[in-house]
Amino acid sequence: MKGTACGTAVLAAALALAAPASAQVSLVGEWSPRYHEDQPDRIPGPELGDYTGLPLTDGARLAADSWDASRLTLREHQCKVHNGPYILHGPIQFRLSEERDLRTQQLIAIHEYLNTYEQERTIWMDGRAHPPEWAPHTWQGFSTGKWDGDILTVYTTHIKQEWVRRNGVPNSEKSTTVEHFIRHGNILSHLIVWTDPVYLSEPLIRSEEFVLQERTSGNWLWPCEYVDEIIDRPHSAVPNYLPGQSPFAGDFAYRYGVPVDAAKGGAETTYPEYQMKLRTLPRPTKPAAAN
Amino acid sequence: MKVVRDAVVVLAIASALGLAARAQTPAAAPLDTFHVGGNVHMIVGAGGNIAVQVGEEGVLVVDTGLAANVDRVLATIGTLSRQPIRWIINTHFHPDHTGGNEALAKAGSKTNGGPAEIIAHERVLTRMSAPAGKQSPTPAAAWPTDTYVPEEKDIYFNGEAVMVYHEPMAHTDGDSIVFFRKSDVVVAGDTFVTTTYPFIDRANGGSVQGELNALNRILDLTVPAHEQEGGTFVIPGHGRVCDEADVLEYRDMVTIVRDRIQDMVKRGLTLDQVKAAKPTLDYDRHYGSDTGFVTTAGFIEAVYDDLKNPQGKPRVR
Repeated sequence: MKGTACGTAVLAAALALAAPASAQVSLVGEWSPRYHEDQPDRIPGPELGDYTGLPLTDGARLAADSWDASRLTLREHQCKVHNGPYILHGPIQFRLSEERDLRTQQLIAIHEYLNTYEQERTIWMDGRAHPPEWAPHTWQGFSTGKWDGDILTVYTTHIKQEWVRRNGVPNSEKSTTVEHFIRHGNILSHLIVWTDPVYLSEPLIRSEEFVLQERTSGNWLWPCEYVDEIIDRPHSAVPNYLPGQSPFAGDFAYRYGVPVDAAKGGAETTYPEYQMKLRTLPRPTKPAAAN
Repeated sequence: MKVVRDAVVVLAIASALGLAARAQTPAAAPLDTFHVGGNVHMIVGAGGNIAVQVGEEGVLVVDTGLAANVDRVLATIGTLSRQPIRWIINTHFHPDHTGGNEALAKAGSKTNGGPAEIIAHERVLTRMSAPAGKQSPTPAAAWPTDTYVPEEKDIYFNGEAVMVYHEPMAHTDGDSIVFFRKSDVVVAGDTFVTTTYPFIDRANGGSVQGELNALNRILDLTVPAHEQEGGTFVIPGHGRVCDEADVLEYRDMVTIVRDRIQDMVKRGLTLDQVKAAKPTLDYDRHYGSDTGFVTTAGFIEAVYDDLKNPQGKPRVR
């Protein structure tokens, strides 16, 4: 009997040692967003010239002011994807699943299938290194994750250029992100810290909430094939507004009574203290192009 | 039998001495490589990027890096294939892309002997050589041996078509873009880089419109896979491996900057006024530099000068 008792103790010790991994919270399932936060930005979409709340560089502002929405009609722009840092901010639902080693049950990766643009993202949990700097970039980037208690923290590099806000505010391929996935019952909080040395003067922090779906629903597909939308336009043309010549300049600020300087965004405008300055700024006048 | 045994001993000693001698000469460390697609790999760190196509027929190399790195390039190619180098293609004449021509050609061989063939547009030969009696900028053994004059040339090697397209007046006047049709990889040379603004070498026939024509050609050749990602991959002259979406952003950038400076030229602004207006402000943190070979000011000057005295014309399609 002593031998059996000893074996039981060893088994119990082994199970106890294995406990932390199995005790981690599971994020597996299908998640749908709640849009109570930043709704105007996420569902109808931002208005041209609305850069509020973004710690933009001057270069980012010029790029956004130059952006002509007609650029989206170019063949090569039509099927572009909301990249990793942006995609959870837009309309979406996603499915999280785990990939485990069959023999050891160690977690190799968490897979995230996103219905918007049919994106497949892998968060590697096995400690592998990020690719070298000369490797290709992808829409969702290359992600590695680790558990900080019950919080999944994800670091992503190798992200393609797309945008910070879908009114022409760009991000660059030098972007990196740190994300935190935090589950509270059937609610999943997602927090992202987005660093971009080209277009953000300070990290941009956003958050969203998702609800676990008990029944699968919705459309999980997003086929896209480009077409020629404007037949007589030279293929080499790139729609853009010359500096200071956007016909929409000032429209957003005037329509909502937001001081022009505040509408331009910038790191200063993202801090609570800016509210005091905001009260001292003049109300916008009707833009000339609106006449 | 003794003769045979002695011969074996002598051979063994000679072999051992040979090995020892080789061991005393430090072997060049291979450079980093990246498998881009199909039969095509990229060598990183030799100067300009190098593309290597490998297969049963031998090795085809696009560009050869700086001369100083040739031992490392040869060591790297040796890690990718044991077959001889049969073909070299130069995308243009600059020494960071042709510096290893002589050594790589001599290290390789045509199937009927002699150094590997070097393909390039005729203007590359013109830039690397000199009229009879004059000193050429590069040794004759480094010159292209198989030049082409019309718009394109093609060969079939290692089971795939290799298309070579001339881009007149782009980065230089002799640029070639190489397309491995089965591997689905485009080698852009310096018509496309990810690290800096384009270097428009006006002194050697480059122009901003030719540069845009080249970028639009690459967009024509590339076909993205799912949702504008992957599919045809592009090896730039410098920087990371890209796909169509990456080339698109670069093409858009050069076009938008061209449009802005074109407007300023029409309004009669001087070069200093154009520079003061910062027409590249939105891209400077990515591609700009005040130092080094390709500077922001140099890019603006090249575009300005070119638009004041236009060289290239848009390709009609």
